[in-house]
Amino acid sequence: MSILVVLIVLAVIVFGALAWLTGIYNGLVRLRNEVKNAWAQVDVQLKRRYDLIPNLIETVKGYAKHERETFEKITQARSAAMSAQGVAEQAKAETQLSQALGGLRLVVEAYPDLKANTNFLALQEELTSTENKIGFARQFYNDQVMQLNNKVQMFPSNIVAGMFGFKLEDFFELEEPEAREAPKVQF
Amino acid sequence: MWEAIRANKRKSVFLAAAMFMLMVGLGFFIGVSLFPASMDIDVDGQTYSVPLFGGVLGALAACGVWALLTVTALFSGGAILMAASGARKIEKEDHPQLFNVVEEMTIASGLGSMPAVYIIDDPALNAFATGRDPQHAAVAITSGLLSRLSRDQLQGVIAHEMGHILNRDILFMQMLGVMAGAIVMISDLYVRGLFYSSGGGRRRSRSSSRGKGGQAQALLLVLGLVFAVLSPIFAQLIYLAASRRREYLADAQSAVLTRYPEGLASALELIEQDSQQLVRLNRNIAPMFICNPYKRGLSAAGLMRTHPPTAERIRILRTMAGAASFAEYQRASERIGAEVNVPASARAAEAGAPIRAAQAEAPRAEKHEQRKLQWRQATDALRGVNKFMFLTCACGLRLKLPPDFKKEKVTCPRCRRELALPVAALAAARSLGDTLERATPPSQPEPRREQPKAQETLSVKRQPGAWTSFRCPCGQVTNLPPGFQAPAVQCPQCKRSIRIDGAA
Repeated sequence: MSILVVLIVLAVIVFGALAWLTGIYNGLVRLRNEVKNAWAQVDVQLKRRYDLIPNLIETVKGYAKHERETFEKITQARSAAMSAQGVAEQAKAETQLSQALGGLRLVVEAYPDLKANTNFLALQEELTSTENKIGFARQFYNDQVMQLNNKVQMFPSNIVAGMFGFKLEDFFELEEPEAREAPKVQF
Repeated sequence: MWEAIRANKRKSVFLAAAMFMLMVGLGFFIGVSLFPASMDIDVDGQTYSVPLFGGVLGALAACGVWALLTVTALFSGGAILMAASGARKIEKEDHPQLFNVVEEMTIASGLGSMPAVYIIDDPALNAFATGRDPQHAAVAITSGLLSRLSRDQLQGVIAHEMGHILNRDILFMQMLGVMAGAIVMISDLYVRGLFYSSGGGRRRSRSSSRGKGGQAQALLLVLGLVFAVLSPIFAQLIYLAASRRREYLADAQSAVLTRYPEGLASALELIEQDSQQLVRLNRNIAPMFICNPYKRGLSAAGLMRTHPPTAERIRILRTMAGAASFAEYQRASERIGAEVNVPASARAAEAGAPIRAAQAEAPRAEKHEQRKLQWRQATDALRGVNKFMFLTCACGLRLKLPPDFKKEKVTCPRCRRELALPVAALAAARSLGDTLERATPPSQPEPRREQPKAQETLSVKRQPGAWTSFRCPCGQVTNLPPGFQAPAVQCPQCKRSIRIDGAA
């Protein structure tokens, strides 16, 4: 009789522990997927910016032929960013690209005709918006990464994370403080 | 974010329950006053006496009306609201900036799907959101507000609406609104019914036959009447109390999403200073706007106002310093002594992110130009939605022709040039859903029409010095200005390449 009671109690404890572990594990998996999903969103926006740049340069070239140096800088930064691997390296390359684009903005200031061009204005709005979208996607990604990292490091979920090999994810931080702000010059 | 919803829930449930009791009570009293207090029912030869028959019947009827309205609201509530406020849906081409900003805020909030975007043709300054869940959400903004806001301000406003969507405020407010609507409807019907039947025949005959019971009946009638008159007012008060609580939370959400509280604060300031009231204003939509849409009268202040005082909202946003988080919003509100309760769970969940710097504005001298441009963009967006046709003259002026414009030629008001209207575009704009054959009959040998297409390559013949318009087989109408030079164009919709033959 008493053995039966002990067995039942044991079974309940084991079952409870299993359910609890499953809950933690599933939570970790959900967070990891959300981080992946959030990164995909960042990636989409980064690609959009790569796609916009050639168009923008073509338009600006029509008015400002002599700014070859600026254009080259952007093109180089763009291809470096496109071939970057991993979150940390990507962040570095994107910072470079943002700076190069900032240079283009200064160039444009000297050409009033260009600033009045509707085509350019439309591209400009697209670029501003894409940069904002990168910023907001990054913001959301970092929030998700922080949630996951907290779970991976904090007791007791860190035990489950260790058992199943959940790792800390990198934040997507742009290095320069200027880069995290929206562009200063508007047209 | 989701924590904020859960914490909100208890008080919301309380308010909803209060409203429900009010509705059932109203039905009950009306029922009691209209029908006999008890009813004998024969079932299989046996007689049962049902007490409070009228009251139960009335309460059930009230619930029935409510259920019917709720189902309608759930499945077409958004569309009805949008129609009631005269909002028009826009696409990206109509107003790229607005569309982009909504997209940005969707990304920031991590919502899977982007809400539909609407413009309300109204010079007043306001915006609102609706929809039963994030998948069916929509945000609307008046053309007046759209033309006055800078990009940062627009972002703040849209983020505030996004906050309502995230916190599921829309569904809740819609359900409460429907309940309030049902109460108003029932009491209206009852009071009017009494008024027009003025001591109605049925009641009189009943009271004369019952004698003493008639007095009790009369008392009940008065009770029912009092209830019917008072309940809509109470329903409105409950509704407004629920609405006011949610505005602060949406403001906090806006600051968290944009990392820039000043954007919303200055937008609110702009809205507050403006004195125009919305043209089409419905009292059930009012609480959904970003700012109290009533500028005058009883609904502009005190218990009857739909929103917390705007000045206070602005001050809280401006007092936020250092971090854009729910916790900081709460601290800011305590600093200025406002009564705001951001749920504790929401405060704990957010790590503070630094408030970002403003996007640089155009220099002062260009401000006026900027305003003009913005105004033009907003009105053009509306014209686009309303099927106006845009015709760019060779001198650079953009003519806007209404969809019912019938003439074949129009004179440019700036350079006096005679412009032949792109006929196909006009026809397309005039009758939407026109078939390809009807708009461009191949038998007609007109020069400005599409040529019968060859195997794969399409070509269009041009007349020198005139507009050429043609319709691609995919339905897209393209207009070529007189100065057009290139040997081919690409259809913007189906990406087909179309050869342009110079004048023969």
